[in-house]
Amino acid sequence: MHIVVPVKLVPDLVEELVIDASGCALDPDTLRLQLNEFDGHAIEQAILLKERGGGQVTVIAPDLEGVDDVLYTAAAKGADRLIKLCDHFGQAVNNHAMARAVAEVIKPLQPDLVLTGVQSHSDLDGSIGPLLAGYLAMPYVGYIAGVTLSDGRATVRKEYPGGLVAELEVTLPAVLGIQAADQPPRYVAFSRIRQAMKSATIEEQTVAALDTSGGPAVARMYKPEVAARATMLDGKPDEVADQLVALFRELGVL
Amino acid sequence: MPERVDFWGIPHTWGPPELYAYGIMGLASLVLLFRLYQAVSLWWRLGRAEKRWDQLHIRIWRLIQYAIVQVRVLSQRYPGIMHVALAWAFFVFLWGTILATIHSHFIGFLYGHTYLVYKLALDVFTAIFIGGAILAAYRRYVLRPRRLTLAPRFTYSLVLIVVIVLGGLSVESTRLAVERPEWAWWMPAGWLVAQLWLATGASDATLLDWHFGLWFFHLLSVALLFVTLPQSTMLHVITGPLNVFFSKLDRPMGRLAPQPQTASGEPLFVTSLRDLTWKQLLDSEACTECGRCQDACPAFAAGTPLSPKELMLNIRTALRRDGPQLLQRGNGANGVPALVGEVVQDAVLWSCTTCGACVRECPVLIEHIDTMVDMRRQLVNEGRMDSMLQEALANLGRYGNSFGQSERVRGRWAQGFDPPIKDARKESVEYLWFVGDYASYSATLSDITRKTAEVFQKLGLDFGILYEGERNAGNDVRRVGEEGLYEMLVHRNTAVLSRCSFKAIVTTDPHSYNTLKNEYPPEVLDGRPVLHYTELLDQLLMTGALKFSHRLGYTVTYSDPCYLGRYNGVYDAPRRLILATGCQLVEMPRCGDRAACCGAGGGRIWMEEQAVQERPSEARIREAAALEGVQALVVTCPKDVTMYRDAVKTTGYEPRLAVKELMELVHAAL
Amino acid sequence: MSQDIYVVIEHLRGQVADISYVLCAAARQLAAASGGQVVGVLLGHNVQGLAQDVAVDRLLVMDDPQLADFIPDRYQQALAGLLSAQAPRVTLFGDTSIGAELAGGLSVQLGWPLVSYCRSVRADDGRLLYISQLCGGKVMAEGEIPAPHALLAMVPGGFQAEQGKRTSPPPVETVASAAVGGRITLKQYIEPESGDVDISKEAILVSVGRGIQNADNIEMVQELAAALGGVVSASRPVVDQGWLPTTRLVGKSGKRVKPRLYLALGISGAPEHAEAITDSQTIIAVNTDASAPIFDIARYGTTLDLFDLVPALTEKVRQAKQ
Repeated sequence: MHIVVPVKLVPDLVEELVIDASGCALDPDTLRLQLNEFDGHAIEQAILLKERGGGQVTVIAPDLEGVDDVLYTAAAKGADRLIKLCDHFGQAVNNHAMARAVAEVIKPLQPDLVLTGVQSHSDLDGSIGPLLAGYLAMPYVGYIAGVTLSDGRATVRKEYPGGLVAELEVTLPAVLGIQAADQPPRYVAFSRIRQAMKSATIEEQTVAALDTSGGPAVARMYKPEVAARATMLDGKPDEVADQLVALFRELGVL
Repeated sequence: MPERVDFWGIPHTWGPPELYAYGIMGLASLVLLFRLYQAVSLWWRLGRAEKRWDQLHIRIWRLIQYAIVQVRVLSQRYPGIMHVALAWAFFVFLWGTILATIHSHFIGFLYGHTYLVYKLALDVFTAIFIGGAILAAYRRYVLRPRRLTLAPRFTYSLVLIVVIVLGGLSVESTRLAVERPEWAWWMPAGWLVAQLWLATGASDATLLDWHFGLWFFHLLSVALLFVTLPQSTMLHVITGPLNVFFSKLDRPMGRLAPQPQTASGEPLFVTSLRDLTWKQLLDSEACTECGRCQDACPAFAAGTPLSPKELMLNIRTALRRDGPQLLQRGNGANGVPALVGEVVQDAVLWSCTTCGACVRECPVLIEHIDTMVDMRRQLVNEGRMDSMLQEALANLGRYGNSFGQSERVRGRWAQGFDPPIKDARKESVEYLWFVGDYASYSATLSDITRKTAEVFQKLGLDFGILYEGERNAGNDVRRVGEEGLYEMLVHRNTAVLSRCSFKAIVTTDPHSYNTLKNEYPPEVLDGRPVLHYTELLDQLLMTGALKFSHRLGYTVTYSDPCYLGRYNGVYDAPRRLILATGCQLVEMPRCGDRAACCGAGGGRIWMEEQAVQERPSEARIREAAALEGVQALVVTCPKDVTMYRDAVKTTGYEPRLAVKELMELVHAAL
Repeated sequence: MSQDIYVVIEHLRGQVADISYVLCAAARQLAAASGGQVVGVLLGHNVQGLAQDVAVDRLLVMDDPQLADFIPDRYQQALAGLLSAQAPRVTLFGDTSIGAELAGGLSVQLGWPLVSYCRSVRADDGRLLYISQLCGGKVMAEGEIPAPHALLAMVPGGFQAEQGKRTSPPPVETVASAAVGGRITLKQYIEPESGDVDISKEAILVSVGRGIQNADNIEMVQELAAALGGVVSASRPVVDQGWLPTTRLVGKSGKRVKPRLYLALGISGAPEHAEAITDSQTIIAVNTDASAPIFDIARYGTTLDLFDLVPALTEKVRQAKQ
């Protein structure tokens, strides 16, 4: 069983986001990147599958600031092979371009399973998973919390809002969009990462020029105005209740 | 003339009494030595090497203090008096035997008054012993305090030593009943009991027979003590003093040993008994099961699975059960329960606040926390921790603070000061203020942090902070067991500090204080002091640079933070400051080096709350609220403010009892 | 090629998802600018009578036993056939566990660009613009919806569902299904467990604080939560009193939550609590103390007494659901 996990580095929202001078992108100088949270779950799920049924886990990440830490951490968890995609990875790269590039790297690996985070907060042109599945001509199922493998098939639990779960069977090879691993990503002690730095190697693969078609152009990027304080609803209980019901509808919770 | 006569009245029916007396005792001693060797070789050979025999003079001094005078034992009145009555009596009996041996085989000197004083001393200590034994029996069978192990093996030891002493008394008294010397009153206990024998009207010959019977019984009971000592609870008379003698001298209480390394330089994690040092194993054998640690433990009081005593006993049980197999087969030993996880469960290890109360109480100087942290390192290495702690550690690794906020906003609280607060990375300062995570990021504490800066400014101190250059100092990261992360934090802070020009480091956080002062590489400080702000203000108070213009007039109590008080001995400075602000100070029952922990230390503040009967912080609030007329609980630790302000709400004491950081009092009185 | 705006109606087990109405509302705006029609697409089996209130000009129904349940590859094939034949200007999907994966797959299969996290759309001088929220809503990206064809995956918030409803049923056209597939099959549905819930995973939390006053009042709040389809959580004082189990505790010592709606009743918003709810999509606070810090982080608030508001609200929510 060869499991490939392509991951994405996304802006760390803990940092103040700054729009660059062009007004249509984030300022890369103030940007700090981190592993997409869901990709962390995808790595964990891959390791769990390896621990249960054996196999090999390959993690692929674009060459951006902090990528080595991400890859070595994955190695410390149990990933066998680390691939860094080099060149052309400025912030302008969209998911279509990324999925095309990753697909080219993945094809020769002939994986049985590709796991990726179901989404990231900066997927302007769709999440990586279904795009990648399209380029690899593999089936895709997303929003998965729970994977078991048997006999050339994956049984997955796809989550719907409200807690309903559909159990689906997918013929391998396939791409799965992981919402949550069977158990939360484990903590990796610093000493383990340090050991991984000594023992693991990161392969660098250069990708050809990126094709960003398939995503929209951004004409303007801006920060939404944040109301400093809550908008206060006034009136009698019945009136406020009506306003709240309207709000609930708007929020899509009713 | 009174004199000591060897084997008085012992008939030679079975040959010379020396022969079988020495024969029996010699055999018993051989058995004792053999079994002691077995017990000692278990921990000595199984444990990793550790050097603990340097600085002999200090070790001997500690032996005198803790094993002979027993100052720790005496620090609690009832059990203290009880134990020293028994122990000192046995010391005297031991000396009595030694002197008698010298007298009979080397230099005879037990004649006349010397003999009488000798006998008087033995007699008085017999009485003292009996008093102690009565206290012990009353405590064990009537009072039955929860901390004691109420097992038959303790009854065996108590009965045996009572039998030995009463046997000795009986032998002496029957002899006195026969001899009836005029100096009999020099042996008051013996002479009193002799009256009983005399009252029976038995003839001298009968009394002599009794004397012989009792003497022989006494001999056998002492032999029994020897033979069973290594397997009985009396073993502590050997392991206790040994543990005291080998107690750590290489570092202060506030410095943990670095993570052990394998021969190849890789970090070594504690997975089996073999990974503990012989001293750590000896700790478990030295435990007397007195339970003082358990009584003092805030985690135990709260109802968590941790009892420091049980921790030691579990290790001891495993050592005795699995040790021989581990010694024989090494790591190939089969079916040996894992030390971390089975012998000592995860929840036990995670319950510890590292407050140090157990270490402070232990009469035989067991080092619970060092072993606890060693085992936590293994848990961290395997990622066995709750999700909140995991998140806190991930945040500390990524942002250098547990709040998961950007390091760029670490100095945000410092905006708007005129003159602005100096950036110690850019300008030379006299005092480099190491602010710490809680004071920097916690919204509830920013007011106090700003007041601290105002006070410093009003006093005209030349100070600065590191702004986004500062990282969590790492005290609790280390105590959680994440040594690698700790090293990284130290490395980052050290790199910044080494480029700054300052004369002293000052901090409001006792946790940062402890690790900066005791654990950071000495070259960072280069002889410059690390001061808690209370020490700094106290100095200024002494020199007259700090003068208060208002007298606050509150009645307050003060809770010593663990890492300021117990760990670093700063007790007086905060108290002098409180008094100087014009407050009246009332002490809580648990104060000074016995102050109770708020429950936040050792990384507990980052972990999920356990199911508890009563939170340590709430227990402490109740303790403070029980003091008459006390309006405020004064603290000198940011974590204390957080914990106690919360607890004062949940206990419902909110309006009546305020929680005040001492800095707030200083600010108000200035 | 047409100027029509297609809306893929999302439904699950006989219920049209709310997002579908939001899509219709957005589609109406786009259609007004493009000059085309709003066309609903309903895939399923035995779905006649479903989606009779979506505000579309026409409703295309593809009824096929193969489409009885949402099977990603079958749905994608069915839609690919339809869309490539009809070639609409824009096709709208919900950015959900159904729509998002269809849109992604179709973007590759059809070679049409995809815009995700789209919160709103507007027309400017004949151009169709998208407004997407990125980085968890911390930045908005705006730009032209690519021509000649584009797929849009929309999140709620920009339009009200009400705007996407109509009272009379739309004209229905049946279209042939081209569903093929076979690499993915449905084994079973697993209903949500009735045991205690994991509040960190719930979409709707009705949270109570000290203001609830006593244990008996919890029931009232539970009714509201049930009506909303959410669960009750609490701040520390409530759990401390044993009125709710610790599994329901939100806060530093409890769980961090990230629901779509966090309704805070009688919670003052102490930092220990506040920091655990910042990931909530919308916080609505009810507290009689107008200066309570909870109002600093809530999007909406009211100072009405919760004991007056909650029963009224429960009633209104129940009515709205019927």
